Amino acid sequence: MWNWDYAFSILPQILAALKITVSATFFGFLLALLLGLILSILIRADIKAVSLAVKGIVQFIRNTPLLVQLYFIFYVFPQFGITFKPFTAGILGLGIHYSTYLSEVFRSGIEAVPAGQWEVVKALNFSQPQAWTKIILPQVIPPIIPVIGNYLITMFKETPLLSAITLVEILQTAKIIGAGSFRYLEGFTIVGVVFFLLSYSSSQLIKKLEVRLGKSN
Amino acid sequence: MSTYEIFVSLAKVGLKVTLQVTFSAAVLALVLGGISGLARMSKHKIIRFISSVYIEIFRGTSLLVQLFWMYFVLPMMGIRLSALTAGILAIGLNFGAYCSEIVRSAIQAVPSGQTEACIALNMTKVQRMRRVIIPQAFVMMIPNLGNQLIELLKSTSLVSMITLTDLTYQANILNATTFETTKIYSMLLIIYFIIGLPLSKGMKLLEQKVSEGRV
Amino acid sequence: MTPIVSYKNITKAYGELEVLKEIDFDIYPGEKVALIGPSGSGKTTLARLLMTLEEPNSGTIEVEGKGLWHEEINGKLVKANGKHLREMRKSIGMVFQHFYLFPHMTVLKNVMEAPVTVLGLSKKKARLQAEEMLEKVGLGDKLDVYPAQLSGGQKQRVAIARALVMKPNIMLFDEPTSALDPELVGEVLEVIKEIALESDMTMLLITHEMDFAKEIADRVAFFNEGTIAEQGTPEEIFNHPKTPRLQTFLSRFNP
Repeated sequence: MWNWDYAFSILPQILAALKITVSATFFGFLLALLLGLILSILIRADIKAVSLAVKGIVQFIRNTPLLVQLYFIFYVFPQFGITFKPFTAGILGLGIHYSTYLSEVFRSGIEAVPAGQWEVVKALNFSQPQAWTKIILPQVIPPIIPVIGNYLITMFKETPLLSAITLVEILQTAKIIGAGSFRYLEGFTIVGVVFFLLSYSSSQLIKKLEVRLGKSN
Repeated sequence: MSTYEIFVSLAKVGLKVTLQVTFSAAVLALVLGGISGLARMSKHKIIRFISSVYIEIFRGTSLLVQLFWMYFVLPMMGIRLSALTAGILAIGLNFGAYCSEIVRSAIQAVPSGQTEACIALNMTKVQRMRRVIIPQAFVMMIPNLGNQLIELLKSTSLVSMITLTDLTYQANILNATTFETTKIYSMLLIIYFIIGLPLSKGMKLLEQKVSEGRV
Repeated sequence: MTPIVSYKNITKAYGELEVLKEIDFDIYPGEKVALIGPSGSGKTTLARLLMTLEEPNSGTIEVEGKGLWHEEINGKLVKANGKHLREMRKSIGMVFQHFYLFPHMTVLKNVMEAPVTVLGLSKKKARLQAEEMLEKVGLGDKLDVYPAQLSGGQKQRVAIARALVMKPNIMLFDEPTSALDPELVGEVLEVIKEIALESDMTMLLITHEMDFAKEIADRVAFFNEGTIAEQGTPEEIFNHPKTPRLQTFLSRFNP
């Protein structure tokens, strides 16, 4: 049933497509970090209307499927004259969707800093930017690194959805090969193994990191 | 096509399948999560090993890959699943792996004093789990299970990619025939959002109900 | 008289740290024994071994003439299995420092739980016994309340009722008042005293309440660094302590 020769013959093609998968993950992740930070700051805004509106948007994006959001970006925006390549639309979809999760991570990270720290920076007469960069963020970031890392892995595993908007990433490559040869077993199994190897090893790394961060605190 | 007509068409054709897959996969995930979560803490090495293999495989590979594998690969091995069965199975197995971690960590979060009290009262392991540990762990699981339920609902949209006529599939069909793209996908997002509302509300109510009096 | 509990040459260590060193200790039926001594001297471990919460590294414990952690099969000593341990636990009950009530059950359910699931009593019968026992510890009006709504003293009284309703021959009290606010200690001691005076149950009481130990104990054992440094009647221990260690220890309670 399983044909090693065939599997090896299609392996290079699949691994070549991995570049697309990895770069979509990477750029989507950067966008999610940036947007997530902005969202978490907006949610903390003093103007109640802003805070509420942003919260509502975050809820909506978080509670609707990424796949539909991808269709929306890829098919609806052109109606208004804005056309994206599949790769760009995919990065936008991934980045926007996961920014709502990351904003929550940032928010809880910021809230975990004891109130006393804010009083100390006031008492020591730090400026607002100094307070953030020197005192607050250095306390916020280390504990949330493992959580953020896990979202990176989650996003990586979500990239096959981009095949729905015609991006030829690793899964779509396997599907195209399969449709041509009527053999799906090898292609889809290789894709599964690639995902497993990369995400399992990364999550083990994150676990180790978590232990180390836990010890240093 | 008016917005209302689009809504009716989506609700009439796709909604049933989306709800059916959500419900069945959620039940399957809960059962699998409970079993594999407990199995992961078994004193038998083999049982622990089997459950971790299940959990790591389904967490470590993509849901869409699993879905395609069940729909396209299994028939080559003579196992022909309908799109509906493949969808429910893939989503149930995938979320079961995530639920098992929730179950396990909640059980481990029950204070060890509870176990000691049970031993002092001469309960068996089974009695201890059933009467004391699991009821307490269950309360802790609910918020996380609620989040997973929303994630599961969202993930059912993937079944449209194996030709199952759910909300998303129906939206794609409408889009191809009417070109009312903006209305269709906006409506689709709104419908998913609305289905999610009673689910999260229901989990909140359940949480309140089971933790009654115990603050 | 044969002892009801007999520790023989018991050693218990956590890694390098020996908390009990070759302890020999007998307790006689109906006896009320108080264990005193500094924290970490091994008193609690002695009780936890008897409740089968921990296993000794070496030595044997006998309860009512039978091995606790081992049993004799065809003349050979073998490690006790779960079934044997359950059989042995029927005679023993324990009250913990931190109560360990079941937070998801009402007061009444807490006390009814073990009689129904473990002893197989009917709900009706278990309920009657539980109500009676809760009445006895002064909580007859709190049956349908959850533990979270009780004070520490009330929680501990529920825990005592929960242990007593199983009708053990031997009751272990592991610092039952140490986790309580000072003003709540009295009500719990009062309940324990009442039980001690009216029943012929064997009682092992670990406590830092010296006056209380003096009042109810038949015998007091002073633990120090994993050994029993001195034991005797309350009169001997509290009024005529022999070892300097005990004298120093007691002086902290009577400044």
